[in-house]
Formats: sequence, structure tokens, C-alpha cells
Amino acid sequence: MARLNVNPTRMELGKLKKKLQTARRGHKLLKDKCDELMRQFMILIKENRQLRSEVETAVKEADRYMAVAGSVVQREVLETALLLPKQEVELEVTEKNVMSVCIPEFKTKYKTGDSNDIYSYGTAFTSTDLDGAVSALSEVFPKMIRLAEVEKACQLMADEIEKTRRRVNALEHIMIPDYEETIKYITMKLSENERNTTVSLMKVKDMVLKQSHNYH
Amino acid sequence: MYKVAVIGDSASVMGFASLGLSVFCETESRKVEKLIKRLAENEFAVIYITEPVAVAVRETIGKYRNSRLPSIVLIPAVKGNTGDGMRAVHESVEKAVGSDILKN
Repeated sequence: MARLNVNPTRMELGKLKKKLQTARRGHKLLKDKCDELMRQFMILIKENRQLRSEVETAVKEADRYMAVAGSVVQREVLETALLLPKQEVELEVTEKNVMSVCIPEFKTKYKTGDSNDIYSYGTAFTSTDLDGAVSALSEVFPKMIRLAEVEKACQLMADEIEKTRRRVNALEHIMIPDYEETIKYITMKLSENERNTTVSLMKVKDMVLKQSHNYH
Repeated sequence: MYKVAVIGDSASVMGFASLGLSVFCETESRKVEKLIKRLAENEFAVIYITEPVAVAVRETIGKYRNSRLPSIVLIPAVKGNTGDGMRAVHESVEKAVGSDILKN
């Protein structure tokens, strides 16, 4: 471990001791933060995995319906049926603070009051498979929004956990040992100086006594 | 008010149009990159993007990974599931824990 480059004085010793105390306290706090973040992250990541597999199967299912619908009617008919939607989705974004990580939360709002108002076409020219595809998608949509929320949360938390862990490690393995070693070095140096002074004082005393009284 | 976008080939994303999401049929990587940038600046909170398209613009998606918004989510395309979406989840785990503890 590298010793810090400081003068071995009492002033520095006091300063370093205070710094060491702060570093220890910071280390403990950050470690607690990291642990709690990790706990929350594990809960979220499990939900993320579950949701993702659910959404993926549902979207695949909808795609299958869509493929059938596309094979029954012409492509242009399908496009005209779908590309002028009645419904419009808007999101309200709020923030949640989890251990100083700001996680967005989404709330869906539909333009028309009825969230089932999703069939933007008449039923005359399209097949029922299209209805199936659209309803399957609308069913899974709340889950997709939740997935977006959870996945973002997981990404942000993973980042924060990584940062916090680096800080904890830096404190634990570099800063605190450095401080400890420097404090030890200064203490040694100071006591060495003290002994030095005592010895030279004793020596001087001997000399003075010898001179004035001829003692041995 | 924030909006939701879907990017991908037309067959995969057409269905989402009827739900009222903003649909962009774009598969060319250069254009998709620009599109994502534009959407991110224009109050789109969630962007769903099909896996084959996402592979081509991985860097741009990575840029938004650690910003608060937008949340970019991969969805399977018509052609099938490539598993890229799940892989992204595992990447998060690896980043946080140090090794992928969910892999089994």
C-alpha cells in the first residue's frame, strides 16, 4: 500500500484521523446502499424475466394471427384497415426514487374513453384473424408498458449498483488502508522524534551537571 | 404528455397502429438511428423496436441505456424470436452482480 505524501506532523495526524473516520462511515453507508439496491434489483429482474417471456409469447401469437390475416386479404386492404387508428395512447410519466435511483413510472391514458375502442376498421373487408391479432395485442399492451418500466428500472439500477460497488471497493481496499498506513507512519515518526528529544535532553543534562558540579 | 413508438418492419408493427401507438416502418439502420434520436428528443417515453432492427442499431440503443427516458424495449418480429431481448436482461444482471446468476 502506498503511503500518502504528507508531512509527519501532529496537524496532519489529526486531519488524517478525521478523514479515516469519514471514510469508514462512508464505506459502511455505501455498502448498505449497495446491499439494498441489490435486493431490490433481484426482485425487479425476476419480474422483468417473467414479463418478457410473457410478452414475447403474446406478441408471437398476435403475429401469427396477423400472418394469417395477411394471407386471407390483400396487403393494401390490411394496411388501410390498420393505419388510421381511432385510438391514441398517451403516457403520463412520474418518477419514483429507489435508493437515489430515479425510476420512471408510466401510466397509460387513452384518447377515447373506452380502452376497447381499438378496431379502426369495418368488419366487411377483413378477416376475423385480424380482429384476433388486434385484440391479442391490446390484451398484452399493459404488460408491455410494465415491461418497459421494469426493464428501464433494471438498467438504471444495474448501472447504479456497479458504480456503488466500485466506490465501496475503492474505499475498502485503497483509501482506508492508505489512511491507516499513513497514520501509523506519522505516529511512529512522532514517537521517534519524542525519544530523540528525550535522549538529547538527558545527554545535555549530564553534560551540564558534569560541567558545573563535576559529577560523574 | 409522452407518447409510445414502435419501430420495425411493416408486418411486425402494423398491428400496434390500431392500438394507437405511433408506428414507424423503418428497417434501414441509418434511418432508424436518426429516428430514435428524433423520438428521444420529442417526448417519446417508450420505444418498442423489433429485434432484427435493434441488432443493426445496437450502439444507438446503448446510448440511451443509462438515461432516464426513453425506455427502449426489444420485441420479437414476425420472423421469430432471436432471444436478443432476453439477452439484454441477462446483460443487466451481469453488470450488477458481476456474473450471470440467472443463467440456467
